[in-house]
Amino acid sequence: MGFFDKFKLSRLTEGLGKTRETLREKLAVVTKGRTEIDDEFLEELENILVSADVGVETTLAIVDAITERAGTESYRSEDELNGMLMDEIGKMLMESGEEHPVEFDAPLPAKPYVILIVGVNGAGKTTSVAKLASNYEKAGKKVMIAAADTFRAAAYEQLQVWAERAGVPLIGQGQGADPASVVFDAVSAAVARNADVVLVDTAGRLHNKSHLMEELAKIMRVAKKKIPEAPHEVLLVLDGTTGQNAVQQAREFMKFVHVTGIVVTKLDGTAKGGIVLSISRELKLPVKYIGVGEKIDDLQLFDRSRFVGALLGREKG
Amino acid sequence: MFESLSDKLDGAFKKLAGQATINEINIGIAMRDIKRALLGADVNYKVVKKLVEDVRQKSLGEGVIKSVSPAQMIVKIVSDELTELMGGEQKPLALSSSRLPAVVMVAGLQGSGKTTFAAKLAKRLKKSGRNPLLVAADVYRPAAVDQLKTLGAEVSVPVFSIEEKDAMKVAMQGLEAAKAGAHDVLIVDTAGRLQIDDAMMAEAEALKNALKPDELLFVVDSMMGQEAVNTAKAFNDRLDFDGVVLTKLDGDSRGGAALSIRHVVEKPIKFMSVGEKVDDLDQFYPDRMAQRILGMGDIVSFVEKAQESLDMEATLQMQKKLMKNEFDLNDFFDQLQQLKKMGSMQSLIEMVPGLNKMVPKQDLENLDFKPIEAIISSMTKEEKSRPEIINGSRRQRIALGSGTRVQDVNMLLKQFGEMKKMMRSVSKLSGNGRKITSQNLALDKFLKR
Repeated sequence: MGFFDKFKLSRLTEGLGKTRETLREKLAVVTKGRTEIDDEFLEELENILVSADVGVETTLAIVDAITERAGTESYRSEDELNGMLMDEIGKMLMESGEEHPVEFDAPLPAKPYVILIVGVNGAGKTTSVAKLASNYEKAGKKVMIAAADTFRAAAYEQLQVWAERAGVPLIGQGQGADPASVVFDAVSAAVARNADVVLVDTAGRLHNKSHLMEELAKIMRVAKKKIPEAPHEVLLVLDGTTGQNAVQQAREFMKFVHVTGIVVTKLDGTAKGGIVLSISRELKLPVKYIGVGEKIDDLQLFDRSRFVGALLGREKG
Repeated sequence: MFESLSDKLDGAFKKLAGQATINEINIGIAMRDIKRALLGADVNYKVVKKLVEDVRQKSLGEGVIKSVSPAQMIVKIVSDELTELMGGEQKPLALSSSRLPAVVMVAGLQGSGKTTFAAKLAKRLKKSGRNPLLVAADVYRPAAVDQLKTLGAEVSVPVFSIEEKDAMKVAMQGLEAAKAGAHDVLIVDTAGRLQIDDAMMAEAEALKNALKPDELLFVVDSMMGQEAVNTAKAFNDRLDFDGVVLTKLDGDSRGGAALSIRHVVEKPIKFMSVGEKVDDLDQFYPDRMAQRILGMGDIVSFVEKAQESLDMEATLQMQKKLMKNEFDLNDFFDQLQQLKKMGSMQSLIEMVPGLNKMVPKQDLENLDFKPIEAIISSMTKEEKSRPEIINGSRRQRIALGSGTRVQDVNMLLKQFGEMKKMMRSVSKLSGNGRKITSQNLALDKFLKR
């Protein structure tokens, strides 16, 4: 019942390989020859977690939990101490996991199922749209892409190449068009052509620019004119190398659109991914997909226990 | 939005009241707060550790001066230290004048903003009298060439590109094209690459060896987290770049990555990119960055932005009118327009230290000038210059004309009256008419206020 086939799991483990080095192996170095916890140890632990972008708040919560537990227990060997650490960190990271990854071939609750993709500039929205389109297409769904990034130079052309690779039709009006009108066209076309999924690629926008965020709210309103429940899904794309600002980004986007999940990209090159955990812990937003490479099939359903396992270096199965 | 470091430290230093000096004991909590503030700003933890130790040494034994709170003093020490660490002064682009064309090569991770930066730099160089040529050497990302072409057209700088899957061939032919076309600067945009992708890093290395750029610039997203250090180090080990470009600083990230990178690779930060428009490229100012990392706002940028968008002459006239108390609804309307030109209230307020705390965010979000503008536009000339003549029936007409209610008109007139009263008292205070400049708003003065 694994969510990853063999190949994909190895990609994730490989991608997170560096994270493991900085987390599990670093922890092992600190616990070496130790059976008790002192201030120096806690400080080291704090440094290790912070350097994995776990975030100050989440880090402090983990350190507090460990301090408390160490007050009531004693450890006979470094292995025991190590085990306790892994256990606590794992627990903290698992805590908010309320997400259920849905396979691409599972039936969708609506038709057409409209998915809006949002995020800051350079996060990897367009590539994520292409990957999602390809996955849905392969799962036998009829997919359409709406090019609502009408701002960035050549965004339409970029999406066109991706759409061809994924073998799905693209609806758009080119640079400078009104994004809301593109969305209306796409949703109308999807209804007319009986499509299953509409993926809407939007322009990158920094979350502190209110006029751009308002534009997003307008896109939402326009989509609703055609289908009252649309968009059924709003995915926020976050760059996996982003630091503490990621939480702020998510918070601001949530104010303007009803974000239903997160896509974390670029997890192949980074030693991090810790931000995934602080976001889901602080904002209770489910991570739905992770991007682990530039190829069109380098997108995976997010499985928290796998992720934590890979992060801590004790993947099962 | 961000609680500034000095707010945090104020709490820690409440206990200090009545103590004469900063010592080992009373500085402990402050150091912890500094550490967390810096970590929260994405400064690398190793850099934080060193910085906190330096600040501790410098702070010890400092006398507590009455006019400055200990918190402010330590923030000043931290701010100075950060500025120092970030390179003290700004370093300009060093392009050779003997070799033609001079070559600038741009490299970095995917999505860091290389292509946009390349176009911005081209525009900047063109403005300074150079004749640049852009080369689209990103042969991997779909439509990357189209993107550069569109941006090139926008800044009126030609873009060299060929149908070719080999970046080296594109770059070398671009170089020849620059020589043939008498271009004096060549800007080579390269594909985004991960530092762990050996083949791609080798490509960048080969490009560097072949092009021998005067400036190899590493472009990095200012929102990057702890990973910034590893990325910058890996790029520097392979490419030994000449300078750093920080992008997306128009976001609200604190940009601690700037400090980490600077510290680890010891290369100057040459530019910062602050928007999506091709004009949004700035020199890098270490002192402003230091204040940003500390969450202290950017008072200098605020003043500059204000000066840029405000019509200075009109403002001076306005000041005269204010002094004589001749300010009327026409002037009020003009002021609204000027305010709108400066951008959203929210972003302005965030630039001013302390102000974001004083003004609740909800109030700002609800701030809508449109009805006010409509009401004023529905008045006659005479009514605008002499609001006191607006009686009941006039109010009714104005409300009808502007699509508002009489209550709204009443409210506006009442508020305007109060504003005028307030201005009268302000104009009495500011009788010396001193102009606001970045000089007299320097951080030191701000702290000693």
